[in-house]
Amino acid sequence: MNKVIPDLKQAIADIQDGATIMMGGFGPCGIPENLIQALCDQGTRQLTVISNNAGTEDLGIGLLLRNHQVKKMIVSDVGQNRTFEELVRHGKLQIEFCPQGTLAERIRAGGAGLGGFYTPTGFGTIAAENKEARAWNGRHYVLELPLRAHFAFIKARKGDPFGNLMYRATARNFNPVMATAADVTIAEVEELVETGSLNPDEIHTPGIYVRRVVPGAHNAKPPRAEPEVRK
Amino acid sequence: MSKHQRELIARRAAWEIQNGFYVNLGPGIPALAARFVPEGVEAVLVSESGVQGFGPLHHEHKGDRDLVDAANEPVALTPGASLFSSVDAYAMIRGGHLDLCIVGGFQVDERGNLANWMLPGRMVHGIGGVMDLACGAKRVVVAMEHRTPAKKPKILRNCTLPLTGLGVVHRVITELAVIDVTPQGLVLREVAAEVSVDEVCRETEAGLRVDKDLKIIQV
Repeated sequence: MNKVIPDLKQAIADIQDGATIMMGGFGPCGIPENLIQALCDQGTRQLTVISNNAGTEDLGIGLLLRNHQVKKMIVSDVGQNRTFEELVRHGKLQIEFCPQGTLAERIRAGGAGLGGFYTPTGFGTIAAENKEARAWNGRHYVLELPLRAHFAFIKARKGDPFGNLMYRATARNFNPVMATAADVTIAEVEELVETGSLNPDEIHTPGIYVRRVVPGAHNAKPPRAEPEVRK
Repeated sequence: MSKHQRELIARRAAWEIQNGFYVNLGPGIPALAARFVPEGVEAVLVSESGVQGFGPLHHEHKGDRDLVDAANEPVALTPGASLFSSVDAYAMIRGGHLDLCIVGGFQVDERGNLANWMLPGRMVHGIGGVMDLACGAKRVVVAMEHRTPAKKPKILRNCTLPLTGLGVVHRVITELAVIDVTPQGLVLREVAAEVSVDEVCRETEAGLRVDKDLKIIQV
């Protein structure tokens, strides 16, 4: 089996206007920046993006926002992003804010074939408005529905031609769960390794979830062997 | 609020961290508490970015772009650290596995309702993890200034800002006082040195019962 597509452009060529795309990342970590750049270059518009953050002015999803390619975001925490603020203020971007854990679990439900779940998070707050609420054992829960997407953009440290993936440190974040919840999951890998060279016990995302593997051309972060461990 | 006062709140908040605790510290004053964990207390910091067992970087270390805390600041791993996905991070949080979460606050009220994510008129930057943390941790302590920058009380009969969670707060620590949320309402447990009970009551809109063993805050 060989899911490798050597060319970023080719890997995203079938994404059309109006598509819903999940994009991994937490803060500056684990952003599929090469796939996002390729989507900027392709100019696909009217996108719905599901992501934890909205990138910065010049990294990640911020680039798509600046290009006016995004119609709607389902997002948890946008931080300080002036482009995002301006688009929202001028009514050019629809927003659905989601508590971070609820976002993760909605995606998990989407990938795991669940019809939804009841969470205590957000009960009695704006996040629970217009949602069914139930109580069990004296505790209140809110019904949250699953999320799926046409495509998922994943960033992995290593991947093989079977689509098996390994992540690194907190660059893992939403990537493994998003890989499970899209019709077509495209993984951008920092390092493409030979089939059989990854330890099967250490694979985070099994290849069944991944349709395409593409080597990332450029990584904003400097390569580093291991995180600092304080003694 | 002076740097000195913020540090006082953080120092007192650090006393909430007990041996063996898994702890999540929110940004701002709560994060500052990590510096003042009492000697001999071994606790593990947990971040929703997907790491447990971390601490500040050494001065000479520039940090690792793949390793941040929830405020996106680079951190260092401590021995025994482990790394996990966002799904796992929130299963830990929501599932009641965190012993303690210390968060900042805009408002807290008599029933332990918390508002700390949205100020009307300001751009909303999202919800992030705070709703999950507030409802999931075994114990939620709010470390915040006693009044707003405009000197208005923040401990109220009823929160007026959009809520983060209903009845989630166990304790509030400010530069003036330590106040517990109980089924009978708010109880004043500790006052700062050289601060009178009257002064705390004046600066608090909610009713306060005074603990019969009222103590002076030790930091």
